[in-house]
Amino acid sequence: MGAITIQRKKIEDVDLSKFQDVWIVAEIKDSHIRNVSFELLGKAKELAKELNQKTCVLLLGDNVKRFSEEFTRRGADRIYVAEHEALKEYYTGTYSAVIIGVISKYNPNIVLYPATINGRDIAPRIAANLHLGLTADCTGLSIQDGLLLQTRPAFGGNIMADIICRTSRPQMATVRPNVMEQAAIQNNGDAEIIELSIKVDLQGLKVKTKEVINETAAACGIPVCEADTIVSGGRGVGSKENFKLIEDLANVLNAAVGASRAAVDLGWIPKSQQVGQSGNTVSPRLYIACGISGTIQHLVGMKSSDIIIAINKDPEAAIFQFANYGIVGDLCEILPLLTKALEDKLNEN
Amino acid sequence: MKFIVCVKQVPDTTEVKIDPETNTLIREGVPSILNPFDQFALEEAIKIRQEGDKIVVISMGPPQAKKALLKCLALGADEAILLSDRAFAGADTWATSYTLNQCIKKIGEFNIIFCGLQAIDGDTAQVGPEIAAQLGIPQITYVESVEKVEGKKLTAKVQTDEGYKIVEARLPVLITGITPSSFEPTNPPMMSIMKANKKPFSTWNADDLGGNKDDYGLNGSLTEVIKVYSPPARQQGVVIKEETSEAAVQKLIELLSKDKVI
Ligand SMILES: Cc1cc2nc3c(=O)[nH]c(=O)nc-3n(C[C@H](O)[C@H](O)[C@H](O)COP(=O)(O)OP(=O)(O)OC[C@H]3O[C@@H](n4cnc5c(N)ncnc54)[C@H](O)[C@@H]3O)c2cc1C
Ligand SMILES: Nc1ncnc2c1ncn2[C@@H]1O[C@H](COP(=O)(O)O)[C@@H](O)[C@H]1O
Repeated sequence: MGAITIQRKKIEDVDLSKFQDVWIVAEIKDSHIRNVSFELLGKAKELAKELNQKTCVLLLGDNVKRFSEEFTRRGADRIYVAEHEALKEYYTGTYSAVIIGVISKYNPNIVLYPATINGRDIAPRIAANLHLGLTADCTGLSIQDGLLLQTRPAFGGNIMADIICRTSRPQMATVRPNVMEQAAIQNNGDAEIIELSIKVDLQGLKVKTKEVINETAAACGIPVCEADTIVSGGRGVGSKENFKLIEDLANVLNAAVGASRAAVDLGWIPKSQQVGQSGNTVSPRLYIACGISGTIQHLVGMKSSDIIIAINKDPEAAIFQFANYGIVGDLCEILPLLTKALEDKLNEN
Repeated sequence: MKFIVCVKQVPDTTEVKIDPETNTLIREGVPSILNPFDQFALEEAIKIRQEGDKIVVISMGPPQAKKALLKCLALGADEAILLSDRAFAGADTWATSYTLNQCIKKIGEFNIIFCGLQAIDGDTAQVGPEIAAQLGIPQITYVESVEKVEGKKLTAKVQTDEGYKIVEARLPVLITGITPSSFEPTNPPMMSIMKANKKPFSTWNADDLGGNKDDYGLNGSLTEVIKVYSPPARQQGVVIKEETSEAAVQKLIELLSKDKVI
């Protein structure tokens, strides 16, 4: 088959100048702001500065106005508050309807969403409704020739792609948690707060949550998707009892407990903590893989972590090719020693 | 009831190798497979199917994608439609969902649309919700299993950050499925493969779908990939092999302190 040449349609007479400012959609979880929101804010401020536009936060939920303070302190210029008791629970239908209305009214230039379960659920819904381009799971964002240059991994992390959106506004992207730097607290902020009057129709909702089961809290405290440090165990941990060794180390580091699929299948840890192709994609600052061989399905979920430490008794294990630091040895011996040593070290500092 | 399952043929990204000299992707010899998430979605559709229900699988792709559709037929789907036309090439998620929607409209009535959470080549997880939005039907993403379908209601177990939730939706609905941890994509037996060849199979092009020609393929795409490159190679790490575990741990702590990791 010959090479396919495709002519892209010409762009004429599109007035893009009425679209101004860099927005983030903050994610509130229970009664706290998820860190990823501050990471988005940090990046948004950088982009807005470059464009000479404002950094805006969209706060959505029940009783969320109180969070404005935190974004003000971190340097947001303007905060839009969409508060309504019917927004207590996240529903695609209600949340997307509100965001679509707000975007249509205020015409932002850029809108960033966290690439979390909810962010990945809602962003494409909004994009399709407003006929907008959307780039998923970005790990890099910058401005090039006035456009948002969106960088993302594809092909299981084997390639990187730079993507732009010329014709539709706002330019929209979801952004991977733990990749961008959080906006720092500066204390002298004074953001303009705009309270939106919104209508929410729960009656028309066609989806209802019947029951919520929280496995993480009982099993291991911090969800992996949010953690900046993760200690993961695989089949090599050997037993459910031995998973205590992983938890002890995680405790000392204030880390989440993660797992390979093998450990999940063996019932040692709930599925919500699984890292990899069919689990969570994580990119923490520090990832410690214990008794995990490093199959491709696991690697795609964690190989963009900043620092990787691997502990495995097999010197040939694939995980060592991706580890910044590796220890060849038995984790049953190494983990207790490492936990103790790190505890001493951290107390010392 | 009628179920529509959207499936994509993808390169098996787990088989991709990197050329160590140029640090680029070696695409030759990478097998094409049915996207594992889509196979799971199809198997869920088969699981809940009752007497008289019909499963139609649809895919947009080059002529070779027929192979993935035949696999779906062998696994138990009743009918397959391949959307293939040069005009569809270069589609981003918006144009892909537009094309699939044109097909869904042409099929007419349906009760549930199944998608995979994401295709393992692009990993965007956008096509499903974009189809639902364009059709104006509700969506449930991150579905771990369909618990039951009763009357006009579907109940699903859905992954959350901390566990799962049970969600009920009124039909018609679109769901996107994750692969639960126990899922292994199976290969259908020879007998089923032979039978698959006798099931209804159609290929539709842009003319068959009608719609707005400017909305297909690269023309209809709102995003533009301007550059593709290899990620920076990871720095060669240090592997510690000491006589005793004590010595190994000590060495690691020293390195971590020196490099200011802790
Ligand atoms: C469609 C599909 C999706 C998948 N999705 C995922 C996914 O999301 N996440 C995922 O993780 N996997 C996934 N898998 C499964 C994956 O292919 C592997 O089977 C799995 O990751 C292996 O887990 P493991 O490394 O813990 O176990 P193993 O591969 O069995 O490795 C165990 C390791 O422990 C080491 N070890 C044993 N004892 C000790 C000891 N005492 N001390 C130190 N080291 C020890 C061994 O040397 C070995 O390297 C998927 C597979 C498929 C087909
Ligand atoms: N070309 C395609 N043909 C049919 N279905 C597709 C196609 N691309 C994506 N899909 C469906 O949409 C899901 C999400 O894909 P993506 O948004 O590309 O990650 C897939 O798992 C499929 O169910």
